[in-house]
Amino acid sequence: MATPQIHIVKVQKIYRTANREVHALQDIDLEIYAGEFVTFLGPSGCGKSTLLNAIGGFSLPTSGTLTVDGKAVTKPGPDRGMVFQEYALFPWMTVAQNIEFGMEIQDKPKDFIKTKAEELLTKLQLKDFRDRFPKELSGGMRQRVAIARVLALDPPIMLMDEPFGALDALTRRTLQDELIRIWSEFKKTICFVTHGIEESIYLSDRVVVMTYRPGTVKAIVPIDLPRPRHTTSPEFNELKNILGTMVMEEQSRHQKAELAGTTAD
Amino acid sequence: MSTDALATAPPKIATPTPASPSRTEANIKRFAISTVVIVVLLGAWEAASRLGYVKVQILPPPSAVFLKFLESIKPQEAYDATKTNYLQWLVSGELIHDSISSMGRVLVGFFIGAGLALPLGLAMGASDLVFKLMNPLVQILRPIPPIAYIPLSILWFGLGNPPAYFLIALGAFFPVLINTIAGVRNVDSIYIRAAQNLGAGKMTMFLRVIIPAAMPYILTGVKVGLGVAFIVVIVAEMIAVNNGLGYRITEAREFFWSDKIIVGMVTIGVLGLILDLIVSKLNNHLLRWHRGMEH
Ligand SMILES: Nc1ncnc2c1ncn2[C@@H]1O[C@H](COP(=O)(O)OP(=O)(O)OP(=O)(O)O)[C@@H](O)[C@H]1O
Ligand SMILES: [Mg+2]
Repeated sequence: MATPQIHIVKVQKIYRTANREVHALQDIDLEIYAGEFVTFLGPSGCGKSTLLNAIGGFSLPTSGTLTVDGKAVTKPGPDRGMVFQEYALFPWMTVAQNIEFGMEIQDKPKDFIKTKAEELLTKLQLKDFRDRFPKELSGGMRQRVAIARVLALDPPIMLMDEPFGALDALTRRTLQDELIRIWSEFKKTICFVTHGIEESIYLSDRVVVMTYRPGTVKAIVPIDLPRPRHTTSPEFNELKNILGTMVMEEQSRHQKAELAGTTAD
Repeated sequence: MSTDALATAPPKIATPTPASPSRTEANIKRFAISTVVIVVLLGAWEAASRLGYVKVQILPPPSAVFLKFLESIKPQEAYDATKTNYLQWLVSGELIHDSISSMGRVLVGFFIGAGLALPLGLAMGASDLVFKLMNPLVQILRPIPPIAYIPLSILWFGLGNPPAYFLIALGAFFPVLINTIAGVRNVDSIYIRAAQNLGAGKMTMFLRVIIPAAMPYILTGVKVGLGVAFIVVIVAEMIAVNNGLGYRITEAREFFWSDKIIVGMVTIGVLGLILDLIVSKLNNHLLRWHRGMEH
């Protein structure tokens, strides 16, 4: 493969608060290639969101270099569309307005905006909800709107922070399948944060397993199963066991740290 | 759970009975309950007055007050098509004229006050520097009740509408200001981040994200500000002008027209209620997107 699209070298992130320092990320080296679907897997507090926010440009690393398409990341931008865990839809805008907002910011022509919004409303099965406000939608619907809002700007990279974490199992599976469809249709690079082992195997090309504080890359596990994947196949289960063991190790470190009182979470 | 259990027929759901006849009955009942205290009080008041327990000058019976009310809304002159048009004539009754004057003052004063408070509040909420510059002054001036400005307002503006506008604007200013600042400061950072991610610049961020997100607070400020404006207008009219409801009840006191005082007071109450209802309706419409705002 050619040069990586997202290139992370020796990235470190230290949160300094009044009375303590948290080493959230340490010595992260990661290369992500265009069109890849990568998940970041690890227990709560291991720095998954921190890493994603660094790529998104929301909170820059303390040291190390982080480049996207060869350019250092300095601020958020529409080339890296973010789907937040908390939906983050604008509640005062209708579904259609939420989707159109980004394109209006980018000064796209009116006709283009209408057509594109229509296309996305159809694609994500939101047509009947176009004039609803987010508060009137279920969690699954809201996350569809959030995905559509990001897709409207056609970013090469999509960053997703536990986007389906709050959904029930059935809705989650539906959206996972839809995401895979979108990913292969639009040829996006997707960085997807999760603490679900099954979710990470089901979705991604590679799973980046992270250690608990300081957050480092524990292992990178390629998932070479053909899609659509069957969660009950022996290969799937084997991967589940491998990843499960890794995550449990980190989880128990987390618990030990908690018992020792070295964490304030 | 076994598959058998899943396969059993769903339990019968009771079909709701048609609600219309009992619905109207319930409405009548609710109306009866909500008026019973008022009706009883009016009855006792009427009786006390008629049986001579209280002097009519002190407390005229409600029937007399009502007659006074009718008299006050009647146009004072016979209709003359050569002098006025019909609509003008219809609202030329003293009470209606006073009500319009008072409401007009409330609106003018409120729009001056809120019109100044809103941009300042937005600036103070959005910029730390502006906040630090202005906040000490705001904190010193805020506890001074608008009524305490009456002497100064007359010195500055003389008599008539200007001091009234000044006092009302002052009354509306601080609630709108304080709530606007709070609204802007409490905008959830997730909306800011989402908008940044879509590439929003400063202007778009302000107009399309921060202001709408702060709207629930701003509208609370508007509601409180209008309430204060309504109080201040009555006080201002007692002092600076010679029409309006505040003037009318003060004037009536000088002549011991207690029926007229009560008519004025009830009118003030009703207008306040109407104003509040209008603002609530507006609120509900503008915040129809807001969580917990069910229409
Ligand atoms: N703004 C901040 N200030 C101080 N500490 C922070 C801040 N943000 C995160 N942290 C700390 O950094 C560590 C990593 O946080 P992060 O949110 O990246 O974890 P995460 O893997 O996303 O966890 P979760 O699964 O719970 O979302 C945590 O211990 C957290 O307490
Ligand atoms: Mg997180």
